[in-house]
Amino acid sequence: MLSINDLHATINGKEILKGLTLEVKPGEVHAIMGPNGAGKSTLGHVLAGREGYDVVSGTVEMLGKNLLELETEERAHLGLFLSFQYPIEIPGVSNMEFLKASVDSIRQGRGEEAMDSVSFMKKAREVSKAVNLDPNFLKRGVNEGFSGGEKKRNELLQMILLEPKLAILDETDSGLDIDALQVIADGVNQMRSAERSFVMITHYQRLLDYVEPDFVHVLADGRIVKSGDKSLALELEARGYHWLKSGPGADGQAD
Amino acid sequence: MSQPVSEFIPQAGQLFAAQSDWLQPVRERGLAQWRVSKLPNRKTENWKYTSLRMLERGDYLAEAAVNDVSADLSSQFEITEIDGPRVVFVDGVFSLEHSRLDLPKGVCLTTFSQADKAQREQILEHLGQTVAYESSPFAYLNDSWLTDGVFLCVAANQRVENLIHVVYLTRSQERNFSVNQRLLAVLESGAEASLIEHFCSTDSQQNSFTNSVTEIVVKANARLTHYRLHLEQEQALHIGGIHAQLQRDSQLNSFQIATGGVLKRLDIDVSLLGEGAHCELSGVYLPRGKQLVDFHTSMRHMVPNCTSNEIYRGIVADQSRAVFNGLIYIHPHAQKSSAQLSNKNLLTSDQAEVDTKPELQIYANDVQCAHGATVSQIDEQLLYYLCSRGIERKEAEVLLSFGFINELLNRLTDQTVQEYLRPILAKMFAKDPELARHLV
Repeated sequence: MLSINDLHATINGKEILKGLTLEVKPGEVHAIMGPNGAGKSTLGHVLAGREGYDVVSGTVEMLGKNLLELETEERAHLGLFLSFQYPIEIPGVSNMEFLKASVDSIRQGRGEEAMDSVSFMKKAREVSKAVNLDPNFLKRGVNEGFSGGEKKRNELLQMILLEPKLAILDETDSGLDIDALQVIADGVNQMRSAERSFVMITHYQRLLDYVEPDFVHVLADGRIVKSGDKSLALELEARGYHWLKSGPGADGQAD
Repeated sequence: MSQPVSEFIPQAGQLFAAQSDWLQPVRERGLAQWRVSKLPNRKTENWKYTSLRMLERGDYLAEAAVNDVSADLSSQFEITEIDGPRVVFVDGVFSLEHSRLDLPKGVCLTTFSQADKAQREQILEHLGQTVAYESSPFAYLNDSWLTDGVFLCVAANQRVENLIHVVYLTRSQERNFSVNQRLLAVLESGAEASLIEHFCSTDSQQNSFTNSVTEIVVKANARLTHYRLHLEQEQALHIGGIHAQLQRDSQLNSFQIATGGVLKRLDIDVSLLGEGAHCELSGVYLPRGKQLVDFHTSMRHMVPNCTSNEIYRGIVADQSRAVFNGLIYIHPHAQKSSAQLSNKNLLTSDQAEVDTKPELQIYANDVQCAHGATVSQIDEQLLYYLCSRGIERKEAEVLLSFGFINELLNRLTDQTVQEYLRPILAKMFAKDPELARHLV
C-alpha cells in the first residue's frame, strides 16, 4: 500500500524528516506516536504534497506509484486521505458543495461516473447523522464556526464519503471528549477492511484503546526509532519518550 | 502649471435643454452650480485613481436618439420570483410597456413626469435635500439634466411585502449618448420596504454615459432594504451616487454589487441624523480585464447613539483596478457612536491593482470605531485543503473566489436576490463552465 524509504524532507530549508522508513500493507493499521516536534504532522503533509514541504531524498510509493511525482489532488484520486489536525474554515463555500466537489473529482479521477445530486445529498445526510453531526452543518460554510469536535467529525464525514485506500489521521483524537472519541473510533473501525490501511498519528494511547493498531511506531527527531505492537503504546504511556531518545540511533533533542 | 481648461463643463450644461415645467427651478439651480464646478482631475483627492478622460472628450454629450422600446427586453432584467411593482427605463426613458405599476395600498411609485400635484409637492420638498453635493459635482449636473425620475413613497406604518424593482437598461446606439437617472425614495415613519435598483444593458458593446443620483430618506422607525446592482456591459460609463438620510431609530440596509467597466464610480453617502439609527452597508466589486470599479463610501454620524457597519469585498483580476475609499465621520456631538468598516480585497493576478483607504474623522471622544483593509491573494492553505480532497487547483480557485463573495450574498435578506446573483458570479469566476458546476 505505502512504502516509505529513507525519506528526508525540509520545511523552509530546515530538515524535519531525517531518514524515515515505513512499510504499510493493505488492511493494516499503524499508529505513529512521538514527542512534539518529532515530525509527525510533517510526515502527513509530505505525503499529501503540501507546498513548502520539500523532499530532499528518499522514495515514497503508494500502490506501486511514485507518490512524490503527483500533485496533491492526484494523490487524493489515487486513494490517499489526510485528516487534518487543524481543519480549515472556508466561509462562503457550503459544506455540501465542497463534499460534492470532492466526491465528483475523486470519482472522475478514478474514471468512475459522477453521483447524481439527489443520491449524493441523501448519502451525505446519512453519513452526517452516523458521525453525530447535525445535517444542518452541511448547509453551513466548510468548518465555519464549527467547534473543535465538530471539525474532527466533519473530517471523518469526508473520509467516509471519499472512501480512501489509505487514510492518515493526524491527531484526530486531540481535543475530543470521550463521546466524540468513541464516534470517531466507531467510524474508523467500520471503515477498516482488508483493502484499506490507516496511519494514525497520535500523542496519546487513549485512541488506541478504541482503534486497535497492528503496529505502533515511535517517531523521534525525524525518523522511526522504535516499532512494536500495541504493547509499545502502553509502555510509552508509562515511561514517556525520553528513554528511547537516548537509545541507539536517536540523536535528537528532547523538547 | 496651467491645465487646459475643460470644455466639458459648459458643453455638458447645454444638454437636455428641457421644456419649462415644474422641475425648472431644480434644473436652473443645478446648472448654476455645475457651471461654477470644477471637473475633478487626478489632483482631486477623491478622484486620484479614477480618470475622467473618456468622458472629458465630450462625445457622450448627446441625448439618446432611439426611443423605440417596443422590443422585448425583459430577459435582460427579469428576476425570477420577483413579480411586484416594477419601473423600467430604457436608455433613460420611462417604458410603460415593461413596467408594472399595480401598487399595494399606501405606496406611491411613479415617475416625476406622471406625478400628480400632491406628489410634485412632495418631490420638490425632498429633492436634493440629502445630496452631498460638495463631494459629488456630478449631482449638480444630474439636477441640471433633470427631466424625469422615480418617486417612491411609502406611507407611515405601511409594510410593502414585495420587492420593488427599478430597472435602468441601456442599449447600444449609433451615437454615444448620455442618460440621466434620478430616484427619490421616502419612507415615512414606521414604513418598511425593499428596493432593487438594477442597472443593466443589452449584451452588445455599450456607448452610453449614465449619471445617476439616488436619494433615500428613512424617517423615524422606518426600515429600507436596498440593493443596487451594476451589471452593465463593460463599455458603459457610469458615475453614480446614493445619498441617504436616516432619522431616529430607522434602519437602512444597502448592498451594492458592481462588475467592472471602462469607468464605473459609485459614491455612497449616508448621514445618521436621528438617535438610534442603524445603517448596514455591504458591497462587492469585481473588475477584470482592463476594467475599473471605484467605490467611495461616507458614513456620517451626526448625532449620538447611532451604529453603522460596512463590509466591502472585491476580487480584482487580470490588469484591472479597484478603488475603495471608506470615510467614517463622527461629529463632535455624536457620542456613543459605533462604526465598523471592513474592506477585503483578493488580487488574482500580479498586474491587478487595488487602492484602498479607510479614513476616520472622529471628533467625539466616547465612540467605538474599527476599520481595516486587507489586500491578499488566494490563501495557499485553503487551496491545499481543497486539493487534498481531490479538487483540481483550478476548480479550487473558483470555489474560493466564489466563497469570498458568497459570504456577503449569504447575508442578504432576500433569497431571490441571492439566487439571481449566484449564477452571474459563478459565470464570472469560471471561464470554463465545468469549473462552476458545484456552485449553483
